[in-house]
Amino acid sequence: MGAAPRSRLTWRRRLTVLAFMSPAILGFSLFFAYPLVATVYFSFQRYDLLSPPEYVGWSNYSYFLHDDPRVWQSIRNTMWLVVVLVPARILFALVISQLLLTVKRGSGILRALYYLPALAPPVAATLMFVFLFNPATGPVNQGLSLLGIDGPLWFNDPRWAKPGLTLLGLWGVGEVMIIILAALLNVPKELYEAASLDGANAVKRWRHVTLPAISPVLMFAGVTGVIAMLQYFTEAAVAAQAASGQATVGGGVGGLLGYPLGSTLTFPQWLYVQGFTNYYLGYASVLALVLFAAALVFVLILLGQFRDTIKGR
Amino acid sequence: MTTSTSLLQSDRAARTGSPRPDRALRRRRFLLWIAEYSIAIALAVMFVAPILVMVLTSFMTGQQALTSDYWPRSWHPENFVEVFQRVPMLRYMLNSVLYAGLATGFMLLSSIPVAYALARLRWRGQSIALVLVIMMMMLPPQVTVVPLYIMWARFDLTGSLWPLILPNLLGDAFSIFLLRQFLLTIPEEYSDAARVDGCNELQVLLRVILPMAKPAVAATAMFMFFYTWNDYYGPLLYASENPDAWPISLGLVAFRGAHEVSWNLTMAATVIATVPIFVIFAFAQKAFVEGINLTGVKG
Repeated sequence: MGAAPRSRLTWRRRLTVLAFMSPAILGFSLFFAYPLVATVYFSFQRYDLLSPPEYVGWSNYSYFLHDDPRVWQSIRNTMWLVVVLVPARILFALVISQLLLTVKRGSGILRALYYLPALAPPVAATLMFVFLFNPATGPVNQGLSLLGIDGPLWFNDPRWAKPGLTLLGLWGVGEVMIIILAALLNVPKELYEAASLDGANAVKRWRHVTLPAISPVLMFAGVTGVIAMLQYFTEAAVAAQAASGQATVGGGVGGLLGYPLGSTLTFPQWLYVQGFTNYYLGYASVLALVLFAAALVFVLILLGQFRDTIKGR
Repeated sequence: MTTSTSLLQSDRAARTGSPRPDRALRRRRFLLWIAEYSIAIALAVMFVAPILVMVLTSFMTGQQALTSDYWPRSWHPENFVEVFQRVPMLRYMLNSVLYAGLATGFMLLSSIPVAYALARLRWRGQSIALVLVIMMMMLPPQVTVVPLYIMWARFDLTGSLWPLILPNLLGDAFSIFLLRQFLLTIPEEYSDAARVDGCNELQVLLRVILPMAKPAVAATAMFMFFYTWNDYYGPLLYASENPDAWPISLGLVAFRGAHEVSWNLTMAATVIATVPIFVIFAFAQKAFVEGINLTGVKG
């Protein structure tokens, strides 16, 4: 007697969950699982959207390893950004957060001003920076010349384009700042007091109290920063086009990416060029799988970090 | 150094030291205070200066924008009108509003129930589902781009923004995650009380949870709106072949290309693209900042 309604109730509950989850189930299948599997399939094909796909074995992979003229340059550029830009942003965010906690009066206004640039649309921010760092009349080089420094050509110089993008990244550091600031505010005050009573000076307190307490958040900022850098596209693309003075949006954009001399060509940009300017869709699938492998490592680290929240309340 | 510790330090100095070291200490702290504020204000200037230069340049003549004279000799608000005459700026903005508005609306419709099921129902496979959501959220979109592009090309929807809008009908991973984090913070008693009153789950969601989650929904919508308004990669991929479908991000870059020397007009167009974001943020910054903190791990 009692078993029948209970199982009906269970079924009702299951159907409710299914109904609520159905958009995500469809979305996951159609926009994630299927394309991942299909990318593996296409990586063994030659396909340009016009003629039907043709099986070519491992030749796309061997082209990646041995013959692609620019892929290694794009990998080096992306790695440069991962190694320099990500730590620089976290360090900078840490320093300004600490400063915001030290100054008491006006820290609300300062915080808002520091955060503001992070809101600027990337295309707009990059255009501003190309103008500011304009070698001849831009304010940055004018300011440097007042100090007697001959400013570099920035976005027109292969050696200075990536440092220019790094400065742009530091300018938009606001989001990292907010999470680090929140973490610093969360450190229990009693810990500092206890450390002080034990005779720890400021440096020691920072090293033994602050750093351990905020390290999960620093780690989180690092991992998400790396994942963001693996898809770094817009700023480098806009800087290249605006600095070269030949911005186009149509099919010609592929040739402008990386200006000057390939120094800003990132890996996802090269994937875009090979896939959607040259229409080597099979080969672009290989590049997508390489990106997948690189990103997966960091996503798994992140999942480890999220373990507590995944478990629920 | 935090406030509490430095206070504590001065207390101890006052208790143990003679008046003279106390004065020296106060002097040192005053100098430190000056140094801290100098750095803080210098930083603020550095953060704001590019925006200021952009605004000032947008009011200059084209000739002055090419010089190293940064304050407008004469003010030309008509630059902003000229931008609209030179390129179909209104069209770009309309496309951006359409893209951002529809994507945000669709996202809310599809993602709220999913977040509800992940946060407030208990079922087997829940944590696996959440792991998959996090993976979808974190993996670069370029990983799945080839088959998706081919799919949209078969549907004949490349050359439009629909490939970027329609997927939001089937949930957006980041929004689902963010909403779920918010919904977890609502005490379970509210749902239980409603269930005792005979509400089914849909009614619990619509009548109890959703009204309490308004700030969360607002923050999530804002993240989505900003993301789509700022998006350059997506429209470049799917819509670059058709100028009629360009949103403001593509329009801006094209403007710079077509009017190489007109930095004043380029900056005016940049101001136009930036202002809506700043305005929306000004109205809802508290929810937005809370949202950023909910995406992270706890310190």
